[in-house]
Amino acid sequence: MNPAFENITSLRAKLAARDITPTEVIEALRARCTQVEPSVSAFNHLDWDTALREAATADASLPLGGVPIAIKDVIAVKGQPCTCSSKILKGHTAVYDAGVIERLRSLGAVPVGRCNMDEFAMGSSTENSADGPTRNPWDTSRIPGGSSGGSAACVAAHEAIASLGSDTGGSIRQPAALCGCVGLKPTYGRVSRYGLVAFASSLDQIGPFTKTVRDAATLLGAISGRDPRDCTSLDQPVPDYTASLEQGVKGLRIGVPKEYFIEGMDKDVEQTTRQALDQLAKLGAELVDISLPHTNYALSSYYIIAPAEASANLARFDGVRYGARVPDGKDVLDVYSRTRALGFGNEVKRRIILGTYVLSSGYYDAYYLRAQKVRTLIRKDFEEAWKKCDIIATPTTPTPAFKLGEKTGDPIQMYLSDVFTIAVNMAGLCGLSLPCGFVQRDSTDLPLGLQFIGKAFDEATLLRASHAYEQSTEWHTRRPVL
Amino acid sequence: MNVEYVAKLARIDLSAQEIETYQNQLGSVLEHMDAIASLNLDGIEPTAHASPVFNVLRKDEIKPSLPVEDALSNAPKKANDLILMPKIVE
Repeated sequence: MNPAFENITSLRAKLAARDITPTEVIEALRARCTQVEPSVSAFNHLDWDTALREAATADASLPLGGVPIAIKDVIAVKGQPCTCSSKILKGHTAVYDAGVIERLRSLGAVPVGRCNMDEFAMGSSTENSADGPTRNPWDTSRIPGGSSGGSAACVAAHEAIASLGSDTGGSIRQPAALCGCVGLKPTYGRVSRYGLVAFASSLDQIGPFTKTVRDAATLLGAISGRDPRDCTSLDQPVPDYTASLEQGVKGLRIGVPKEYFIEGMDKDVEQTTRQALDQLAKLGAELVDISLPHTNYALSSYYIIAPAEASANLARFDGVRYGARVPDGKDVLDVYSRTRALGFGNEVKRRIILGTYVLSSGYYDAYYLRAQKVRTLIRKDFEEAWKKCDIIATPTTPTPAFKLGEKTGDPIQMYLSDVFTIAVNMAGLCGLSLPCGFVQRDSTDLPLGLQFIGKAFDEATLLRASHAYEQSTEWHTRRPVL
Repeated sequence: MNVEYVAKLARIDLSAQEIETYQNQLGSVLEHMDAIASLNLDGIEPTAHASPVFNVLRKDEIKPSLPVEDALSNAPKKANDLILMPKIVE
């Protein structure tokens, strides 16, 4: 088989048995990218020489020895560009490895490629990229989701074995759903964000995109754990997530929140999700009706909190220490204001202005403080729900992938595509999306995702339920025609 | 919201066209935000983040840090191990 079509688990078996070398794997990915990258555009940057050099010295006896992992262009890899798909960081080279990259390297993995994204992770379609949009491998006239659209598309298109992305309000799960791969947002504090360019610090997490649930378990185990350089990463034990995968869902109580199945929702999404729930019931899970009453307020409070934090985090991009700078600034203020005007794209400017506004004197209490109180209510909703169920299942997205350009003129319509994923970040829980079926649009099959939501630091249950469902279906074996 | 004024606070030099566009777009975004205005939030504590840790301290030890040349390698303008900017004080 073409090594590009392998997953981490199958590839590792071949690498360990010396049936294939790490160099041959990189060459296979290069050939695949040459073939399909012109139509997908998943990467901002591909440096095959470095990848080949690192593969040549990769220790195939290590747990991830010789496995290439594609990296979202927001996570620092020493010596590689790190642009966050922004003009303001054009030409910027990372001078250190992120915590997750150190961990991957120590296990023998090789970081390959910089995945396209919405600028500074702000967006749901990867159209807000200074490098141009990424396209959905199932239908290249459609968006791959976002903000980690490149990370999702490269795995779905088999230009990568697996990848890392980041998720602040759905930026891993939503593109995973729309591209038909597995995407996992770990619990807040599970994975170090050292070396992740910050967007909204109380919400951001790094997580894997993979072809199978087992691979997600492997990659999560590889990147998890306390890192003293990210003081929000917690000193919680990291279990072997692959060990409990086969335990099945018999007797598992799966909560089905009524607020995620509302009148007027996309019929195909509803039907596909219901079928997945039936399948879980057949496998022995117990479906429990639950309510998360403040679901409707999650989106509004998120779009106060995330821009507020972003406006503070992005203050560092001022043209002084790194990144672009206007060459003819009259004075310091002129350098700041014109550099930021030229360097940031529309959505980033909108969110910085919105964030500055909700934090400004006279509006802080009405917006930011209220939003933080709503966050408390959202957390309490989940605490109540956990009394009745072990895990929650919902659709990942309200619709399948939409067309490029369809929502770029209307921020609210774009924001609504994250309506099912945001509460997980607000409550700091873990969430996973995996393929649960296909629907036809313009006579093309498009994937949909099922989202599981787990208790804080209970990724093991999330993965176990996902694995049981995945193994009882064939969705994960389908490939887009490119 | 006065977009022109807030953009000044945020140090972004917007064009007249941008001000007009954002004024409209952010107006409707703020209308959407008003969904939470009607909630009764009396006595609810705010949540800043979901992590159960506060005031994480570390030992005050000297450790290797980025070499100066690495730290300055991405600076747009530099000389003598310093970053150059337009003069602030006349």
